[in-house]
Formats: sequence, structure tokens, C-alpha cells
Amino acid sequence: MSDDNKNNWPLWEIFIQSKRGLEHKHVGSLHAADAQMAIENARDVYTRRQEGNSIWVVPAGAISSSQPDDSAMLFDPADDKTYRHPTFYQMPEGAKYI
Amino acid sequence: MTDVTNLEERFQAKIDAEQKIEPKDWMPEKYRKTLIRQISQHAHSEIVGMLPEGNWITRAPSLRRKAILLAKVQDEAGHGLYLYSACETLGTTREQTIADLNSGKAKYSSIFNYPTLTWADIGAVGWLVDGAAIMNQVMLCRTSYGPYARAMVRICKEESFHQRQGYEVMSVLAKGTPEQKEMAQDALNRWWWPSLMMFGPSDANSPNSADSMKWKIKRQSNDELRQIFIDRTVQQAEIIGLTIPDPDLKWNEATKHYDWGTIDWTEFNNVVAGNGPCNKERLAARNKAHDDGAWVREAALAHAAKKAKRKAA
Ligand SMILES: [Fe+2]
Ligand SMILES: [Fe+2]
Repeated sequence: MSDDNKNNWPLWEIFIQSKRGLEHKHVGSLHAADAQMAIENARDVYTRRQEGNSIWVVPAGAISSSQPDDSAMLFDPADDKTYRHPTFYQMPEGAKYI
Repeated sequence: MTDVTNLEERFQAKIDAEQKIEPKDWMPEKYRKTLIRQISQHAHSEIVGMLPEGNWITRAPSLRRKAILLAKVQDEAGHGLYLYSACETLGTTREQTIADLNSGKAKYSSIFNYPTLTWADIGAVGWLVDGAAIMNQVMLCRTSYGPYARAMVRICKEESFHQRQGYEVMSVLAKGTPEQKEMAQDALNRWWWPSLMMFGPSDANSPNSADSMKWKIKRQSNDELRQIFIDRTVQQAEIIGLTIPDPDLKWNEATKHYDWGTIDWTEFNNVVAGNGPCNKERLAARNKAHDDGAWVREAALAHAAKKAKRKAA
């Protein structure tokens, strides 16, 4: 994932929106000299079968991510908060549309 | 030391629970190395695999066949790129991976060291070579390393047309003139055994298999996959009136599988060692493409730098 050699095209992460109204989804990465070329290459590499409506390209180095070791700290606190889900609540018998 | 044992236990527990391993997760060094070797070999096979088929693009017998073959070869380029990208998540550089292919240090599937002599070979490659590859790739959609599994899902969606177009070519030839049918049979004769070799050494001689199974990199053994491939393909050959070139091939009512002959492992080892009919030609073609493209890579970088500068000013 390193691009220490300045003679290499940098790595871009590619996100494709498959249909209007849907989110852009990560599909993989590729190398390209600049953003324009990354978009053009992503067209050829990731949308040969009408998979795409829109393409985002992001320099791989620009993405920060959480670490697996931090996942307990980040995500465990949600475990005991079941009252955040609608199924937690008891509705009176016979109540409709709720 | 206990630390590593602990990490390794947690790693294995994740795998046993069918959770995927992702790039930033701790993993045993051997798992990483095995994956780098396997994924890069796989990527190289997709890339080198374009050469025997590319050989027939300008000579395809109709515009329909030419468009199909072009699309297939373009897909293989895409497969190579998905896999190189998955390989990079393990901490390798693209540059080094390609350099290992070009220097001959890295391997690719030996099947691509056989020549495509006639148009029927394009049919046989799609039907048998892609067919055999699919067996392996369907299994790998469930491999334990996330980026590899995701690349394989994408690849499998695209592969089925590859096999079908090849079988279609064969079935049309087999229904054609006696010369055409003979051409199809000749292609089947030459590609059958090398296709069976694609599944790799038999389980008894496959030293890395135990780890790969434990880590769920693979889930079925070489021999199991090879047997399923044979069982399926024999029926397909029968339907189009071609004969599998194996005098020992016989349905076994007790096992519900075909019994079949023996693979010539001496030939296999010879081709792996670099002495197949086209090893030198394939490597030379890859090196030439890489060297001829050097100025393009440099020019594109220079152009990008210039554009960035102009934008900053
Ligand atoms: Fe492929
Ligand atoms: Fe294919």
C-alpha cells in the first residue's frame, strides 16, 4: 500500500454508485497518475457491465480508518443500549399503526 | 511468546466462527505469505492468460466472435487488476509484484504455457480452462481473507459467460463439417489433460494444503474439485458428440463418480519448471509490454505533476 517510489502511479480507492439514489460503495482500488485517469480507469475496470452511474476516486493515503484493536472501545458501548431499538418497547394490546 | 500464541488463537477463533480477516487485522506471518503468493499467482495467471487468447482476436471467424473474445480478454485484464489490488492490501507493492512476474520468480498457471494453434483452441480454453478455473474460484468466494473473497465474487459473476462462449464455439464446430468436428476433437485432446493439471498436485503431494484448509483459504481439496470438474465435463462432451481422450474413463455406479486415468505429473513438473512449449514466449511478451509502456507511465506522471502545479498557481 506504500507509494514510496515516486516513479509509480499512486493508488486510488474506488467507490461506485450503481444506481441513482443509492450510496457510493467501495469496490477496490487501482493505480493512476491523477484523479481524471483514475476515473477513466475505474470505468474500464469496475463498470464493464452497467454497474455504474457515478464514480468517486479517493487517494488511498487520504483515508483514515479505525484500528481493529480499538473496536471494543468504539463499538461495545452500543451493546447494552437495546432501548435504541423499537422492539424494546411494549405497546398496549390492540394499539394500531405504532 | 505467549502473546503470539494468544493472537494466533484469537485469529483462528475468528476463522472458525466464519468471520473474514481484514487487512488491518493481526495475522500469522505464514498466512500473509501464503496469501501473497496465492493471490499474486492468481493475478499473474489472469494477465498471462490474455496472451493465448489475444493471439486469435484478429483472426476470429466472425464479428460476433471477435466482439465476444475481445470482451472476454478485457475481463481477464480486469480480473488481474482486482487481484493485484487485493494483494496490495497485504502490504506488497504493485511494482514488486509485477517485477516478480517479469523476472520469472513468481509463477502463474502452467496452462497458459500451451499454444492456441487453431480457432477450436479458443473454444477449448473457454470451456475447459475457464471451466476448471471457475471450480476453484467459486470455492474462493468464501475464502477467509476479505479482500480476496470480494475480488472473487466479482470475478465469478463475470466468468460464467467465459465458459459458456467457449462451449458454444465447441458445439458449433462439433456440429459443422467433418473437418470442423475434427478440429474441435483435436483441441479437446490437447487441452483435456493440462486442464486437469490446473487443479494442482494430488492431495497426497500437496504440502501447503493442510494450513490452507485450517485457515479456510481453501475449503475443498485439489482432488475433490478435479473430480467434480470431470463429472460435469464428461456429460457436456457427450452432448456435443466429442470424446474425452482418456481410455480409462468409466462411470462408477458405486461411487457415483467417473473413474479416470492418470495425470502425467512429469509433464506437469516440466512445464512448471519453465520447459513448457510457450514459457519463454509468454515471459518475453510480458517483459516487452512492461518495457514498451515505461515512457507512457513516465509521461502520465509528468503530465499529472504539471497539471497539479498549474492548478496550485
Ligand atoms: Fe478470469
Ligand atoms: Fe475467464
